[in-house]
Order: sequence, then C-alpha cells, then structure tokens
Amino acid sequence: MYYIFQNCGVPIIRPNTYFCTFYIIIKRTDISTTLQITGTCSIYGGNVWINEQLVFSAELPVADLLLAAYKHFETDYPKFYKMDRLAQLGFLASELLVKNRQLSDTYGADQVGIVFSNASASLDADLGYFETVKNIPSPAQFVYTLPNIVIGEISIRHRFKGENAFFVSEEFDPEWMLFFVKDLFERKKLKACICGWVELLEESYKAVLYLAELSTTGKEWNLSNINKIYKLTDGEVNG
Amino acid sequence: MEKLMADLKRQIIAQLNLKDLQPEDIGDDQSLFVEGLGLDSIDALELIVLLQQEYQIKLANAEEGQSVFRSVRTMAQYITEHQAKTA
Repeated sequence: MYYIFQNCGVPIIRPNTYFCTFYIIIKRTDISTTLQITGTCSIYGGNVWINEQLVFSAELPVADLLLAAYKHFETDYPKFYKMDRLAQLGFLASELLVKNRQLSDTYGADQVGIVFSNASASLDADLGYFETVKNIPSPAQFVYTLPNIVIGEISIRHRFKGENAFFVSEEFDPEWMLFFVKDLFERKKLKACICGWVELLEESYKAVLYLAELSTTGKEWNLSNINKIYKLTDGEVNG
Repeated sequence: MEKLMADLKRQIIAQLNLKDLQPEDIGDDQSLFVEGLGLDSIDALELIVLLQQEYQIKLANAEEGQSVFRSVRTMAQYITEHQAKTA
C-alpha cells in the first residue's frame, strides 16, 4: 500500500491496484531512449555527494550536519532555519542537485515536477509537534506535519508548479518511481523531474535525489542506474 | 522598557528560529512583517504563543494583533500596559 500526498493537501491513501488499473488504459509512447539522469545528490552517513563525487563530510548529529552543509555551500535562503529537519534535508539535497542549473529558465514553471518517497513520512516533525501540544501547540511545527511540505518548500524556492507527489512506503521502490515518473513524461506533463528518497527520523536519515530530463546526455534512466545511485547493489532495501 | 525590548528581540529570534539574525539587527521601531523583518502569518501565530508562554498574555482578538505586533516597541508597550493592569 502507498500513501500519497499531493499538492500540499490532505493525505490520500490508495491501494496499489488503483494505480495499476488507472495507468494501464493510458496510451503511451516509448521515450526511454531520451529520458536521462542528468544529475544526482546524496546526503547520508555524514557525507554529501554531488554527481557521485564526495563534496562534504562531517561527523555531526543530523541537525548540526544539515546546518554545517547549508553554510558550507553558502546557500542563501533564511527560511531554511525555520524548516523542520525533513524539509531541510530535502531542500538542501535539491539545492545542491540543481546548483548551476537554471531550471526555471530552461523549462516552463509547470514543466518541472518533484516526486519523492520515504518510509517515515513526517513522523519526525509529528513527534516534535506532539511535544509542544503538551504545553502550547506550536503553529510553526504544525505546518511541517505532512511530508509533502518539503516539496512545497522546493517549489516555492524555484517557482516550480509541475506535477508533484510524495509516496510513503516501507521500502524504497525504484520500479514504482520509474513507472510513475516515466508516465508523467509520456503524458507530456513534465520535461524535468526531481526524484528520489528523502527519509529522516530522529538521527537516521538519507536523501538520494536525481534529476530526470529529456536529454541527449547523462545516464540512461533505468532500474540498474537508479539502483546504483541508491547503492542498492549490496542488498540494502530501504534507500 | 529598554530591557524588555532587548528581551523581546532575543525571544523573537529564538521562537521564530531566526538564526541568521542578532538582537542588534532588529530595530526598536522596525516593522516586523512584510518590508521589515519579513515575518509571515505562521510567525504571527508564534508571536501569540510567545506572549502567552513568556508573559502569560492572551490576545483578546485577532484585530489587536495588527497593532501589537507592528514592532518590538509596540509589543513592549502592550506587555507593559497589560502588566500594569493586572498588577
């Protein structure tokens, strides 16, 4: 079962079969030869990789690590400080992913999408908010008690207005991600999409994002290459 | 009043996670919203929580917030008046 959060609204729960039935009836054209992974960014284990090159490393608790990386890369976005840790992780990874790219100039606002997934949804923020409820509930923490808020933060930053979704599943599912996002491209909904896994709960975290585009350069977007980006070849299942 | 305004600046920075600001960066009469500090509607709610937590003051109505939260000075004046009434 997948839990889907779309357009910053109320979470919708759909059985897997719903999507299969829906998408089978859509006529599609094969564009796999041109859909490429044109950039990657990963943050986990105290390390930050851009395009599989290690660019930052620090052994710190996750909150301090995110702040240290934010400052190291001279990211200028004061609202970062107000975000919950899941939003900070996804925001930072996306910033580094599209650094030196002008996606807003290259594509129309509605042609750039964001599709994320994770295992713990917004549980990290939920627990923090729950603590405040015992005294006076914090509005600032309440607004982060949905996982797709991270998509909203990235969209506001870059003025993206394309299709977006946040899937919650126990394990990272590269096949589902490939299927879902490819379909958006095939139906001409998108020309670029920031995809990946953004998971954070307490001190456990991992962000692995990649940029998918219709391009003549990059790595072919297929299961093998997604698994390599996520380093799933050693049997790891949860991204 | 000066000490209260200094306290408020520290509390606003802490409550709103304005980690890129120092208390001296906030002017006594600087607008807190839009063109001033750039706070938003969620921050306004946090300021209401701040008054309640730190000064045990509950705003009587939302309209009041517009004048109370205009600047650090107007917040300090409101707190001082409220404390004088309840003393």
